[in-house]
This record gives sequence, structure tokens and C-alpha cells, in this order.
Amino acid sequence: MLIRFAYLAILWIFVLGAISVIRSDMFGARVETTAGSSRREQRRARKGSKPAKPPRGAPTKAVVVDGPSAGLTVPLDQVPILIGRGTDAAIRLDDDYVSTRHARIGQSGETFYVEDLGSTNGTYIGSQRLTQATALQLGTRVRVGKTTIELKK
Amino acid sequence: MSAPTTPTGVSDIVHRKRRGAELFLLVLALAVGIGAYAAVGLGVEGELPGDMYGYSAWLAALAIGAHVVVRLTAPYADPVLLPVVTALNGLGLAMIYRWDLARETGYSTKQLTWTTLGVVLFAMVLLLLRDHRRLQAYTYTTGLAAIVLLLLPLAPGLGKTINGARIWIGIAGWSFQPGEVAKVLLVIAFAGYLVLHRDALALAGRRFIGIDLPRMRDLGPILLMWLISLGVLVLQRDLGSSLLFFGLFLVMLYVATERPGWLVVGSLMFVSGAALASQVYSHVQTRVEGWLDPFSDTDTYGQIVEGLYGMAWGGLVGRGLGQGDPWRIPFAYSDFIVAAVGEELGLTGLMALIILFGLIVERALRTALICRDGFGKLMATGFGIVFALQVFVVVGGVTKLIPLTGLTTPFMSHGGSSMIANWVVIGLLLRISDQVRRPLPDVRPLEMDDATQVVKLR
Repeated sequence: MLIRFAYLAILWIFVLGAISVIRSDMFGARVETTAGSSRREQRRARKGSKPAKPPRGAPTKAVVVDGPSAGLTVPLDQVPILIGRGTDAAIRLDDDYVSTRHARIGQSGETFYVEDLGSTNGTYIGSQRLTQATALQLGTRVRVGKTTIELKK
Repeated sequence: MSAPTTPTGVSDIVHRKRRGAELFLLVLALAVGIGAYAAVGLGVEGELPGDMYGYSAWLAALAIGAHVVVRLTAPYADPVLLPVVTALNGLGLAMIYRWDLARETGYSTKQLTWTTLGVVLFAMVLLLLRDHRRLQAYTYTTGLAAIVLLLLPLAPGLGKTINGARIWIGIAGWSFQPGEVAKVLLVIAFAGYLVLHRDALALAGRRFIGIDLPRMRDLGPILLMWLISLGVLVLQRDLGSSLLFFGLFLVMLYVATERPGWLVVGSLMFVSGAALASQVYSHVQTRVEGWLDPFSDTDTYGQIVEGLYGMAWGGLVGRGLGQGDPWRIPFAYSDFIVAAVGEELGLTGLMALIILFGLIVERALRTALICRDGFGKLMATGFGIVFALQVFVVVGGVTKLIPLTGLTTPFMSHGGSSMIANWVVIGLLLRISDQVRRPLPDVRPLEMDDATQVVKLR
């Protein structure tokens, strides 16, 4: 008798525990605010000896600098910007080595980042293939297929 | 406020790792599993099971091992999935052990072996697959593999017919149900195909009696994949899996194209197909009759009747683990394990069980919601739907809400193939959720590019 109720109690404690973890997971999720970004800056300051230089002006447009669609310019105020061969892409590239939905430029705070959308040939910065969202600065060259895209002022 | 935060949706939320919460829940889950084992022993024989300590240590080692792997390889993964699955698995093992004690069979040892294998495969998924989007490259390979696996039981010499369904293969004394693995592969194949073709499926094509029909060349490959698997299952007389695959395909199509018309078409197809099948096939007819009036023939429909009596006897709080008579229900260690839980833990326990399954589905759909790439979204949705449908079909069948069709209760029923397939699914879900909950990397990770920065000349 005692065991019966004790066991049901354990079962429900577990269920409620799991739910409470989810609850704090949903409502306790922290939206990135000033506090968060300042902590991040402190960490950065600790890491590098020289303070990181602030970007010289914020980028305002993404420009295709090299490749079949060179010259194409898209203002950054319409993030997220889809890069690809598909008709719904904001930066629509006529490049055989680019996937239909290849990559995306997004914004987090005042930082722009690029993220590969599972493309076939990958998205590169330098010789490094992107596996996760990577922050972009003025002049960082992003290579998709035979095309190079850069953020400019 | 120095940085004007732009509302770019959920990506602004910083998810915490919550590995500590996972460990805490895991300890509770072990208490659920080991407690059930001890309670079964106390209830049936009046003393703790002889191998109590060895069993507890083994289960704890498995759970902690899985936790360590998650900590190392997927630190941002969902904290709830692993403990919930551990609890369900532990409870299932205890219920099978309970059947063993009553009927002097050896299922629980076998099940523990399969569980171990499942956890090992779970760890392998997390260790070997670092980015779930890699799987998208194998869309057609997985689709083909799924169909081959489904066909395997039909091969002469290899296939085995157990209880009227030819869905097993037997290798060296171990029987295996390839359909369970095919289920996982088909979700990957569907997701990979739909994510590429969803625009074409949703937009191209012509309108026919208020429904947008897609072009055949867009729908063709996936329709073929699905029809083959469905046809095979019908040939093998596996009702439960046919239902599962049908529903899975429909929901994934709906999620990918955002056209509710699919649900209407699919429901109509399902109703007419089910009506036809119940007329043509005798084994379907039996199921329907057993659903409408099981008490008309208590010999043929004894399983449902025993299950219903068992759950009624269990009442609100159950007989207590080891105190009921769930061994009276045929297959109370596999298909009818839910009825056995209902008898021994009552409505209170059964509700907890269903909530736990609900939590798995919810976490899968939650992962899909915050996922940034379409493939991961569809895959997570697909896995969530698989669990949801499976539990609905099983619990609905046992409680006489819908006709009974044989499907395994995930993580609880006796059955190795289902166990390892479901552990792999949990591994994939944790991999996706780790990917989506991981915060965006620190700004300016490319410090070395300072040297090559554009210099302002004017």
C-alpha cells in the first residue's frame, strides 16, 4: 500500500520536475540585452591583449564583388537576406555551384552574420568552410560557389 | 541600451545549456526505473529482486554514460528528452520483468541487452554525426535503404512470420523488425526531399475542385517511395505500421507545403481505404469487430477484454506494482504493456505515462520551431509525429478508442528493433536541438583578418 503511493509520488515528482525544467526553459530564456552583450565584451577584453577595434562604421549593403553576378547590391536593412539560385533569394546568383537556398545573412544586435543553409558546395570564409553562423565585418569575403560577397558601407 | 536589439525572432533568445538540470532529472528518472523494478520484486515475491544491485548499477551506468556523451558532444541539447526516455525505458523494463516473474520467461534480460545496444547507438549518433544537415546529402540513399529494409522480411529464408505478420527477419536466433529502422530512414528521406521541393509542391501545378494539385514530377518520387512502403506493409499485413507511415507522410507534406488541403485529401483517402480494407481483408474485419463489440466473442477478442478489465480493476491508483494480474492479458509485455501499466499503476500512473510521451513530442516540435534550417525542422517534426502517432495508435487501441492495430509502445514494449530505432531517433533529436539552441558565435571570431582589413584611403 505504502509502496504503491510512494511509487506514484515518485513518478509524478519526475513528471512535474521535467515540466518545471521546460517551464523555465521557455519563460526563463534570456533575451539578449545590454547586460548580456557587456558580459560578452568583458570576455573578449580578457581574451585579447589589445582591445578589439570597433567596426569603422556599420555596413549598409551586401555586394557581389566577384563571380557571374558581380555588381549585384542588396541593402542590409532587409535582413534576413537569402543567398541562392532560387527565385525567392534576395541575392539571386546565376552560378551553377550555388544551391537554391545556399546561405543567409542575418542580424543579431548590430552584428551581421552569415549562415550556411545546408548547401551542397558550402559557404567559405577564406579557406574555412562554415559549419555554423559566423559573424561578418566590413570587408569579410564570403565565398559561395564561384561568387564572392562582401559587406560594404 | 547600447545595442538596439532588432526583433529577429527566436534567434535572439540565449538558450542555456541546462546540463545540470538534465543530470538532476536523470537521477529522478533512475529512481522511477529502479523503484519500479524494486516495487515489482516486493509486490510479487515480497523481497527485493536478487540482482537488484547489479541491475541498478547497470541502468545507472547506462544513463550516466549517455549523459556524459551528451555533455561532451551536444552541450546545448534539450535537457528533458534524455531523462524522460530513461524513465520510460526503466518503467518498461520493470513491467517486462513483472511478466517474467509471473510467466517464467526471460524477456527482461533480452530487453536490457537491447537497451544497452540502443544507448550505445545513441552515443554513436551523437559522436559521429556532428551536424544533422549532413544527412540531407543522403536523401535518396536513405529512401532506398528504407524500401530495401521493408522488403527484407518478404525474402524467402530470411523472413519470419510471427503472429500472422511477416515483418521479422531472423538471423542467428535473433529476430529483428526492419520496419522500425525503415521508419527512421523514411523520415530523413521525406525531410530531405520535401525541403528541396516544397516550393514547387506548394506553388506549381493546377487547381482542381478547390485543391491545388502539384505537378507529378515534383510529387512523383516521394509518392513512389511512400506507395512502395505502404504496399509492402499491406502485403505483410502490418496494419499499425501502414497507419503510421500514412500519417507520417501526410503530416510532413502538410508541414512542408502549408496546404491544409493535403489533410482533407489524406483523411478522405484514409477513410475510404480503411472502409475498403475492412470489407476485403478478414484480418482487418476482425479488428473492427473487436473494436465495436469486444464482449460479443470473448475468445477471439480476449486480449482487448482482459486489457479493459485489467484497467478497470486498476482504477484510480492501481493495484500497486506486482499486485495486479497483468499476466492474464496476452502480450502484456509488448503490445499491451500500456494496459498492464493501467492495471498496476492506475489512471494516475497512465496519465503520467502519457504526459511523458507528450513531453517527447512537445520537445521534438519545439526543436522544429526554433530550428533555422528547413531540413532540421522537417526532420524534428517527422520524429515528433512518429512518436505521437505511435502512442496514439497503441493507447487508443488498448483503451478501445480506435480499432486495435499492432504497434510497439516506444521505449516500453519488448522488442529490440523498436528500442534501438527509438534511441537513434532521440540521438538525432538531441543533435538537432544542440545545433539550434547553440548561441550564435561571439562576434568577430576572425580576429586575424585585422591585417587584411580594408584601409580607408581618403
